[in-house]
Amino acid sequence: MFKTALQAFITAAKGLAITLAHLFGARRSRKVLDVRKADYFGNQEGITTVQFPKEKMPIPEVARYQLDVEIDDCIVCDLCAKACPVDCITIESVKATGVIGKTSDGSVKRLYAAKFDIDMAKCMYCGLCTVVCPTECITMTDQYDRSMTNLAQLTYAFAEMTPEEVEEKKREWTQFQAEKEAAKTK
Amino acid sequence: MVFYITYIIVAIALFGFIALFTLFAVYSERKIAGFVQDRLGPMETGKYGTLQTFADILKLIQKEFITPSAADKILFGVAPVVIFVAVFLGFAVMPWAPGIAPAALHLGLFYAIAIISIDAIGLLMAGWGSNNKFSLLGSMRAVAQIVSYEIPAGIALIAAVMVAQTLDMQEITRNQGIGTEDTLLFLGLWDVSDIGGILAWNVFQAPHLLLAYVIFFIASLAECNRAPFDIPEAESELVGGFHTEYGGLRFAFVFLAEYAMMFLVAMIGVVVFLGGWNTPLPNIGVVKLADWTTGLAWGILWTLSKTLLIVGIQVWIRWTLPRLRADQLMALCWKVLTPLAFLCMALSGIWRVWVIGG
Repeated sequence: MFKTALQAFITAAKGLAITLAHLFGARRSRKVLDVRKADYFGNQEGITTVQFPKEKMPIPEVARYQLDVEIDDCIVCDLCAKACPVDCITIESVKATGVIGKTSDGSVKRLYAAKFDIDMAKCMYCGLCTVVCPTECITMTDQYDRSMTNLAQLTYAFAEMTPEEVEEKKREWTQFQAEKEAAKTK
Repeated sequence: MVFYITYIIVAIALFGFIALFTLFAVYSERKIAGFVQDRLGPMETGKYGTLQTFADILKLIQKEFITPSAADKILFGVAPVVIFVAVFLGFAVMPWAPGIAPAALHLGLFYAIAIISIDAIGLLMAGWGSNNKFSLLGSMRAVAQIVSYEIPAGIALIAAVMVAQTLDMQEITRNQGIGTEDTLLFLGLWDVSDIGGILAWNVFQAPHLLLAYVIFFIASLAECNRAPFDIPEAESELVGGFHTEYGGLRFAFVFLAEYAMMFLVAMIGVVVFLGGWNTPLPNIGVVKLADWTTGLAWGILWTLSKTLLIVGIQVWIRWTLPRLRADQLMALCWKVLTPLAFLCMALSGIWRVWVIGG
């Protein structure tokens, strides 16, 4: 019994020495914050806390955080919305009467993006939408710190059309259809 | 009449001191915990988080009194008061400086250990009154632990009292420095009555009291329910132990009592073993360091700094050692500390009779 107790005291003393070393080691912070640096894991002493809004961890340029859509390059194919496991992308399209332009990689655009909403509150950052996108217009950015006071603000709207424009394009399409029907029956 | 007003002022001053100490101790505890774990601790409220505990207490004061409907209303309401008052009354006999003690009792030490025991009743009231299984388990553990550890703590104190030959805490302190009328022997060999300093402290007058102090220190950790003896409030298994159902000001009082208890047991240890308000600096020839550093302000300074050092060690231990299991706790108390305390007591008797001489 006394042997166990003595052993306990010896190990307790060892533990106390370790914590004391850490207590005095807390005078400095760890300098190497970048995990890509070679000596990152060799650096075991000092405070590890990163005081977040004031100082930030370095992240790679190609970091995969919040989504961004280059709407001019979008052909409104709806593949990203279908690929999304949590259904955070909502797309509404309006058919155009003809070719409305080309994307930067040469794909032909035949649809107007009436609505392109991504709910960042639902997004789980899997990146599947960026994989399926044929024109690579939906990408993940290095933006991760966007706090909102209102939940609705987390739904990012990427479509640039006003409701009036959408109405107009819809009218144009129905008119075009009607004309086509009329031409057929003639 | 003036008499009573003085009493009230002294009590209020002590309460103010305990409250301030608690705020300071909680802050420093969180900081030390942070540093030990390579974190920063509170940083946002005030410069380096210095206002954190003030913000905490403001929040606790504003909160509503919630009594669970199944609780025993009277016990539940009275328990925090009993817990705190038991510890608060212990401060009545603590000597702060030469001639300065709220009450100079002849049986001071006996009174202190007796009044601290009432704490256990308060804990049991809190646990039973909450009508909650976690609270009840916690308070049962607390009582079992406190009652057990009072035995080695008490016997270790008696070992020192046998050397000092008095229970008056002011007298015990005086006999550990240059103010004494007896002859003080360093390790029982060298007359240090006029040299004083650290050489005249009880732990160095009789070296076996060093062991007695270690026993008392470990037992005192158990008595204030602190890690590694914090099974009564083991968060991982009992939510909050006996104070699970408490909130607001009632919880603040339980918390206040816990930190006041830390200070009190540290102070008892300092007074009985580590020279109380006596200076650690000895007289060396013409350099009368002990004479120069003895006095009212110096006394308060030495008491405070020694006690805060011991409290610091308590905090340090809390953030190092894991919690003991209930059976290990009892084994340590009954199979190691109690026999060693008895050994110390026997050695004290021998020391008193043969070394110091009657």
